[in-house]
Amino acid sequence: MSKIEVTGLRKSYVERRRRKRFLSQCKQYEDCQVLDGITFSIPAGTFACFVGPSGCGKSTMFRIVSGFERPSSGTVLIDGQEVTGPGSKHVCVFQEDGLFPWFTAAQNIAMGLSKSSSSDVAKKVEDYLELVGLSGFGGHYPHELSGGMRRRAEVARALITNPEILFMDEPFGALDFVTRLQMREEMVNVHQMFDMTILFITHDIDEALQLGDRIIMLSDRPSRVAWDIRLDDPHPRDLSTGHLSRLRKEIYYRMGLHVAL
Amino acid sequence: MAVKRYGVLSLILLLLVAWQAVTSFFRVPEFVFPRPLSVARALLEMLSNGELYRNSIASLFRVTWGFYLAVATAIPFGLFLGRQHQLRAILNPLIQFLRPISPLAWIPMALMWFGIGDKPAIFLIFLSSFFPLIVFTTSSVLNIRTTYLRVAENFGFKGLRLYMRVILPAALPDIITALRITLGTAWLVIVAAEMIAVKSGLGYLIIDARNSLRMDMVVAGMVVIGAIGLVLDNIIRLLERMPSVEWSRVRR
Ligand SMILES: Nc1ncnc2c1ncn2[C@@H]1O[C@H](COP(=O)(O)OP(=O)(O)OP(=O)(O)O)[C@@H](O)[C@H]1O
Ligand SMILES: [Mg+2]
Repeated sequence: MSKIEVTGLRKSYVERRRRKRFLSQCKQYEDCQVLDGITFSIPAGTFACFVGPSGCGKSTMFRIVSGFERPSSGTVLIDGQEVTGPGSKHVCVFQEDGLFPWFTAAQNIAMGLSKSSSSDVAKKVEDYLELVGLSGFGGHYPHELSGGMRRRAEVARALITNPEILFMDEPFGALDFVTRLQMREEMVNVHQMFDMTILFITHDIDEALQLGDRIIMLSDRPSRVAWDIRLDDPHPRDLSTGHLSRLRKEIYYRMGLHVAL
Repeated sequence: MAVKRYGVLSLILLLLVAWQAVTSFFRVPEFVFPRPLSVARALLEMLSNGELYRNSIASLFRVTWGFYLAVATAIPFGLFLGRQHQLRAILNPLIQFLRPISPLAWIPMALMWFGIGDKPAIFLIFLSSFFPLIVFTTSSVLNIRTTYLRVAENFGFKGLRLYMRVILPAALPDIITALRITLGTAWLVIVAAEMIAVKSGLGYLIIDARNSLRMDMVVAGMVVIGAIGLVLDNIIRLLERMPSVEWSRVRR
């Protein structure tokens, strides 16, 4: 049975253009359609990567699937239940920094735990700090951490809740190349260690090829699923040869990049 | 730090010397613009006879009570209003209507309701702080980044916990700025109110000195008002040093 079932998702935002006229205000509405019938289904335990051109509606789709926004039409089922709001079963790591700057890293991570005895919490937080390589930084405030460290703390905060689904919206987009490679490796480990479904947005095709059991490619706005790829290559993956390199070329080609990169 | 401190001290010294020089050179009469030395003498005189102390305490007492009452009511209310969109739409016109009415315009009513003494003054200070604080607090809640609210929702923050752990801390840097501005206004208003409504405080001291043509004492009173205002501002600024507020000053 599939964990997430998305059918015919459509979303348009109403753009308002006001024109002042004598003694009356004429409002001209114009629909800006972002999603145009997105359909996919993801089995439990999948690492699903979403790629697509900038501004095509990836974040919009995420906010809808995770329950923060309502679609114009279409349905999102999680475990067969319609999603009506953000739940405790799934946790989001948003595209923007989401750590609370008024809490320390440890306080941020502890936020994900429901009330249990304080020594338990401290121990568990310490474990998760170590998991993401931040031991010793629990007492630091987010602005005292580097960009990569903040992202890792945010991942730890999501993981500690032991979610069934983890949503990540370009979590490593703002990081430098080497850090991104390290985070990629960590994500592979995390996915193998925890039994969860991961929905992962990225604009980095290589990242998707390295991480995904599934790669769902969205078209330009109004976006639909342009290509749905299944991958079962073992990790770590070598993208320079074999069918993965051919796949990469094909993805670039379908995105309209005709130069062989 | 040291450079800054010496810079400030030398600027003050320079101004004092220029003031003394100009007033002596042009033989400005004492009752038009008293010299720094006579102001200093007046300060010492009022310090030794306890008048300065008594009146400063009287003013501070009123400001403290009025201001705290406003803080204790306006901030929780403003936080709440920032989240209640319909209620805000209803109350906003009323608040914006009452806000531009100078607290001093309330003096006749205040005297009528509270009689003579500290109470009307405290009421005026309360009024002068209450409306701006509500407006500032509400708008700082509206300025909270959506991502933080989404995260809070995702982690199941609700009710009091949402307010204490997300809304208040997220709005706090802006609220502290609002407190600085409002306390400054309260201090402005108290002096004016005391000139009209009561028989003690720094405002009264100035009016009383003027009535006996003691301009040196008037200026001495002004100096003390400025100095206390500076101290009050610095006390509020201590809040900005809280570790959970520092983030707002680190722009990244
Ligand atoms: N609240 C909104 N009101 C109106 N239009 C919106 C709103 N949110 C998003 N849009 C529009 O929807 C489109 C998709 O936005 P979205 O943030 O989902 O893109 P994205 O695929 O995540 O892009 P990126 O890769 O750059 O993050 C954009 O063209 C944007 O202008
Ligand atoms: Mg996006």
